[in-house]
Amino acid sequence: MLEIENLHARVDGTDILRGLSLSVKAGEVHAIMGPNGSGKSTLGHVLAGRPGYTVTAGSVRFLGQDLLALETEERARLGLFLAFQYPVEIPGVSNMEFLKAAVDAQRDYRGEKPIDAVTFMKNARETCKAVDLDPAFLKRGVNEGFSGGEKKRNELLQLMLLQPRLGILDETDSGLDIDALQVVARGVNSMRSPERAFVMVTHYQRLLDFIEPDRVHVLAGGRIVRSGDKSLALELEARGYAWLEDEVA
Amino acid sequence: MSQEHIDEVMAREYAAGFVSPIESDTLPPGLDEDVIRFISAKKKEPDWLLEWRLEAYRGWQQMREPKWAHVHYPPIDLNAVSYYSAPRSMKDGPKSLDEVDPELLAMYEKLGIPLHEQEMLAGVAVDAVFDSVSVATTFRGKLAEAGVIFCPISEAVHSHPELVRKYMGTVVPRKDNFYAALNSAVFSDGSFVYIPKGVRCPMELSTYFRINEAKTGQFERTLIIADEGSHVSYLEGCTAPMRDENQLHAAVVELVALDGAQIKYSTVQNWYPGDAQGRGGIYNFVTKRGVAHRDARISWTQVETGSAVTWKYPSCILRGDNSVGEFYSVALTNNFQQADTGTKMIHLGKNTRSTIISKGISAGRSSNAYRGLVRMSPQATGARNYTQCDSLLIGDRCAAHTFPYIESRNPSAVVEHEATTSKVSDDQLYLCRQRGLDAEKAVSMIVNGFCKEVFRQLPMEFAVEAGKLLEVSLEGSVG
Repeated sequence: MLEIENLHARVDGTDILRGLSLSVKAGEVHAIMGPNGSGKSTLGHVLAGRPGYTVTAGSVRFLGQDLLALETEERARLGLFLAFQYPVEIPGVSNMEFLKAAVDAQRDYRGEKPIDAVTFMKNARETCKAVDLDPAFLKRGVNEGFSGGEKKRNELLQLMLLQPRLGILDETDSGLDIDALQVVARGVNSMRSPERAFVMVTHYQRLLDFIEPDRVHVLAGGRIVRSGDKSLALELEARGYAWLEDEVA
Repeated sequence: MSQEHIDEVMAREYAAGFVSPIESDTLPPGLDEDVIRFISAKKKEPDWLLEWRLEAYRGWQQMREPKWAHVHYPPIDLNAVSYYSAPRSMKDGPKSLDEVDPELLAMYEKLGIPLHEQEMLAGVAVDAVFDSVSVATTFRGKLAEAGVIFCPISEAVHSHPELVRKYMGTVVPRKDNFYAALNSAVFSDGSFVYIPKGVRCPMELSTYFRINEAKTGQFERTLIIADEGSHVSYLEGCTAPMRDENQLHAAVVELVALDGAQIKYSTVQNWYPGDAQGRGGIYNFVTKRGVAHRDARISWTQVETGSAVTWKYPSCILRGDNSVGEFYSVALTNNFQQADTGTKMIHLGKNTRSTIISKGISAGRSSNAYRGLVRMSPQATGARNYTQCDSLLIGDRCAAHTFPYIESRNPSAVVEHEATTSKVSDDQLYLCRQRGLDAEKAVSMIVNGFCKEVFRQLPMEFAVEAGKLLEVSLEGSVG
């Protein structure tokens, strides 16, 4: 589903990704771990097509298409979803309006008619329950005055309503208490399917107790320096990253 | 003025080049007392009104064009403007829509203003102003039943001279300012509304203005009188076709809300703003003002997206005790548009209250200024004002300015002013695009969110239209 080869990317004149390769198949869940500044978040933004993130070499194929040739919104419509680490506020634009516009943009891309408002509202309310968010949040401005945890659950709400093919979670677990973490895990687990893949960027092994990954990768210096199964995460938890960085150096 | 003289004046040469093939009587450019006499004669006006016009004209000759607004444009040659234009098919005066020139109706359809549909679906009475003369008035019957008078002001001059004479020029004096004086001298037509005592107007009143003639100044004049305890909501929307040369639009609107009356005046203004290079567009120099008597309320809501240059301050004189003034405004400028707009709240009565919510949006290389005056007079004991003035910038080549003037001469008066300036951030756009929205849709959504407090004040069908209008006006604002 996602084939990243020798990816190099630059942000503000600094090379962050330096030859990253990764292959994710449909149905898989991959965890990307690594020390601060290793390029974990950059990877998500480069895949999503954030302006200012320049790819200097390498290739990315997503669902058979040249991902890097597509605009940010086209990647999204194709089914790539990034759950933000720090979701921004859009005052005055109701969550409901925003979500429906996003869902309709995807439907339009697939040649479908806009979803009817009643069906959509019903879906949205039910999904709110699933992510433990008061449906009253649908009427509020996008992330406007939300707490950190509410913003994260709002990201999850969007993920579940948009039903992407590939979900990239950028430290969605950071700043969440254990209950909220379980809500996120429950949501992601409920979405796991043979047609869908997840890439979870995380600092902590804790999330992986709740969402079991198929593969765990360690990112350091802009490259994947070690890949393994779930046990790698446990090893990192026990030993930290320093030994790996030493080994690579 | 004799009919011969009229024919002679009309026979003078003028450049044609009409956009619409509707035939027009258009006066050649230029302004002198003869032109005013011609206009007055053409409308078969009584002598008092001709004198009224001439007095305004003489005053105007002594006045100079105001220069204090934060707008820049080449000098306007007022002698290059034609001061009269009327669709020829009006000569017999249509009695119903069936008699209206089909060309004209077709054009309204194109503009999305289907009169028939409005009649049937919206239940809105429409007094459509095409150029200078009203061509279609509907729902007269229903309004007449309630005793409401809603007609072209040129007609009211004949049918209700006592009301016109009593109130016209009492809110905006003839020599109030340069453009108001010019309007008073040459005003073409506009709407007249009278709501009798205690009557709640049975429908929203709406007028669509439209400039169609090249180089024809449009000088609308509207007078709305809400008698004691009455209610009225009036909608005004403007559209104009593509045009190369600057056109002058200098309207005057006067509102009189007698004791306990309420007037809600909503405007959606999208005159041609000029092209992306800043060529052409309407000059919109408008004087709008209302007087609120005891316990009365005047509410202005405006959505301004058009015109190359806008100079407009819908104001309230809160004369009576406990009267209320409101101003809700969205002003959007794109490309090379310039706007200097705001309001004046003049508190004269005790316990008068005013609210100002202004949302300015600048995109492209445009300049958008809020200019507002809140004046608390010595008698205005217990008066209150709340002002909220927000600016939103799109891109980094546009400008937003705020010029709030506060004059308080009463120690018990309370004046609050809040102002913010923000930018549509790259992060907001990124979030929207990552969710599949294209940049233009995203900007329009963000801007609509920014304007929500004002849109909430608009009648429903207008709120939808206003949202669409912002979307269209913002086209090309993100690269």
